Amino acid sequence: MVANLLANYEEAFAIVLFGIGFTMLLFQRNLFKKLIGLNIMDTGTFLFLASMGYIRGRKAPIVVDGVTDPKAYINPVPAGLVLTGIVVSVSVTAIMLALTVRLYRRYHTLQLDEIYEMSKHLTEDR
Amino acid sequence: MNKSRFLSWLYGETDVMEDILELDETSDESREQLKREKRRLRRELLRSGRAKKVIGAETKGFYALYHVVAVVSCIMLIGVLLFAVANLPRYGEENPETTEMVARYVEKGVEETGADNIVAGMILDYRAFDTLGESHVLFTALICVTILLRLDRKNMRKTYEDYYAIRGERFHDISREAIMRNVAAVLVPCIFVFGIYVLLNGQNGPGGGFSGGAVMGAAMIIFSAAFGFDKADRVFSKRLGAWVTFAALSFYSAAKGYVFFTGANHLENHIPKGTPGAILSGGLILPLDIAVGMVVAFTMYGFYNLFMRGK
Amino acid sequence: MVLTLTEILKILLLVLLVVCAVSVNLTKSLLQAVIIFLSYSSVMCILWVLMESPDLAITEAAVGAGISGTLFLLTLRRLRAVDDIEEGGEDGK
Repeated sequence: MVANLLANYEEAFAIVLFGIGFTMLLFQRNLFKKLIGLNIMDTGTFLFLASMGYIRGRKAPIVVDGVTDPKAYINPVPAGLVLTGIVVSVSVTAIMLALTVRLYRRYHTLQLDEIYEMSKHLTEDR
Repeated sequence: MNKSRFLSWLYGETDVMEDILELDETSDESREQLKREKRRLRRELLRSGRAKKVIGAETKGFYALYHVVAVVSCIMLIGVLLFAVANLPRYGEENPETTEMVARYVEKGVEETGADNIVAGMILDYRAFDTLGESHVLFTALICVTILLRLDRKNMRKTYEDYYAIRGERFHDISREAIMRNVAAVLVPCIFVFGIYVLLNGQNGPGGGFSGGAVMGAAMIIFSAAFGFDKADRVFSKRLGAWVTFAALSFYSAAKGYVFFTGANHLENHIPKGTPGAILSGGLILPLDIAVGMVVAFTMYGFYNLFMRGK
Repeated sequence: MVLTLTEILKILLLVLLVVCAVSVNLTKSLLQAVIIFLSYSSVMCILWVLMESPDLAITEAAVGAGISGTLFLLTLRRLRAVDDIEEGGEDGK
């Protein structure tokens, strides 16, 4: 198993990045850090997808001099998936940052547990 | 009455959402007041006995439990995923199960789509519906951010400097800096030309709508940061952005929605493919690339605009 | 298993990615976290070139390292959270 893991080192690193992002999402109390963690999770997934399509010694999928032999190029499908994914991830980030701005205006803090306690307190009093 | 209200909204004279959306009055408070407010809230929170109990006992118990569950789930998730990775096919070697579809894309791609870049041919021809939804995701995100961060009518008339003068802050206008302005005057045209090159060569080489649009959006952001919003608004106004985005998305939807009405495969018989490698090649791919690029560029600039001077 | 020069460079960059991710996790200041995240995106961009995906490299350079970083920094300025983390740091953690 360890030999397999060493051979698949790129996928293993992608999983480690995904894990770091997931850990940040669970353990950071700061909303901003949570967002960066989400972005790191995103890139971990992209790295995993792209490394599944990579084939050693082959070129990028751009046809040069009319060579249309599938043995000459790497797998283009993951690249297409990841290309759309990167652009979606930035729009998700923008919406979440806007929501963070609104939360900060209401509670004047970015710590999620303080926001949670304040919201409970405020709704109970009103 | 309803109709006239609709028309006046359409031409941007009145704002229908004016009274419906929550407007925050605290935005003009100075920084000290915000801090005082926060401290008051916290003190109040700690003083009330119920809240103290919550923080003291329930919350601590909750967080302890939360940490245990979180650690266990993190370790389990990473362990399971690493185990799965160890059983995957070897990295960097050809995997016969996945190359069947790829063989078709590579062998017939240039012939069927007219694009040398197989990725561009894939995302804008074979799977163009995917990209259509993608452009709408961007558009929807821009609308959401606009709703969340929009200015109210009072702040709209004020310039950017007034906004900060009210808040009692020293306003450092970056557009008055000679270095920034002169460097931007040289860089912005170059970045713009590069963006257009990347956009137009999407079917021949690396690039395409998403990357070219993002580069152009970055050039617009630098222009607006270096010369101020007064000048940027003259070139890329809100109205221009809205119309360009609307036109690009409608064009894309019409070009791909056409299939629904005719039952045909594509518009393939109407637009010549051209010779692969030339700029005017790839049939519908180049117009779609331009549409996607325009949407991406104006969305990125819109994000910057809203975060820079929104509420 | 014989590693080529490209693969050694790739492994170094992957290690750098993990180091960046961990240090984003550990740093106290939000401004530093954003700047480390920007360098993370730039390293990712070089990695895409080594993985023979130039489309992704251009997009990542413009979007990941350029525009999302700008959005993060603008939000920080808007919230003035640079002060807030110092304040929240003592009682928050």
